[in-house]
Amino acid sequence: MYVRPKPGILDPQGQAVGSSLRQLGFDVGEARVGRVVDLELQARDPAQARAELRLMCEQLLANPLIESYEIELADDA
Amino acid sequence: MSPVSRPRIAVIVFPGSNDDHDATLALDALGADAVSVWHGEDDLGDVAAVVLPGGFSHGDYLRCGALARFSPALRAVERFAAGGGPVLGICNGFQILCEAGLLPGVLRPNRSLAFVCRDVAVRVEDASTSFTRRCAPGQRLTIPVKHGEGCWFGPPEVVAELETAGRIVLRYADGNPNGSVADVAGVLNEAGNVMGLMPHPEHAVDPLLGSTDGALILGSLVDTARSRAPALV
Repeated sequence: MYVRPKPGILDPQGQAVGSSLRQLGFDVGEARVGRVVDLELQARDPAQARAELRLMCEQLLANPLIESYEIELADDA
Repeated sequence: MSPVSRPRIAVIVFPGSNDDHDATLALDALGADAVSVWHGEDDLGDVAAVVLPGGFSHGDYLRCGALARFSPALRAVERFAAGGGPVLGICNGFQILCEAGLLPGVLRPNRSLAFVCRDVAVRVEDASTSFTRRCAPGQRLTIPVKHGEGCWFGPPEVVAELETAGRIVLRYADGNPNGSVADVAGVLNEAGNVMGLMPHPEHAVDPLLGSTDGALILGSLVDTARSRAPALV
């Protein structure tokens, strides 16, 4: 799961990272810092896994006021 | 003194709470009978008010307050609040109440990214609440803050609603230490019985500590608790 600050939400951590990258000489625009959660999960099928992961994001892993999330499944099955 | 004159107030202790003792001492000094309640308890006992103290519950992992909200004691606090019981969240307690949905908005990393630890001035916008009744309207209080994530954020429609309803009870008066929207230092829930604030009133109850203004907030809570306590005997 990728959890990111929503667009328009002030991200001071991203700003600090962006400004450090510019100091290193990289020509970068806005930087935003989120979080990655890797999870092992037993599920019948990808649809069930996604449904469950969505609930996890909404109930705990992301705060919907300020964060968006994205789910990516690895093909381990 | 009779039990009623010393109302019982629960201070919830989470793994990582570190202001629970100060809160207990301050409440006791202000005439309450403060009792520590471990976060694993699902029953608060017979209390007239609840304080969620400051600290770093569960190491602030994931987001501040995000994990503490699943503690059994929070279920009990939710029931207590739903019944109209007064609940005050201080710093990490404020973060927990927001994550739990008992208060609007969320606390984000300070705009400066720096941990801020100093006295701040806050203005009492509403002196009629259960948590500010000992204050005068517009009174300026000096109370310390100490947090890295105290930048209160609410979507514009939520801020507008809070402004209209007068639920922004405390605002930073001489500069905003964390970048919070609308200079929010403390907010109230819709029913008026749950409040959270980033400053630490429990650290400002003795002249030795530089200010006694925190006693106005905690003393208000003690008064509120006393008026709610069932008449024993």
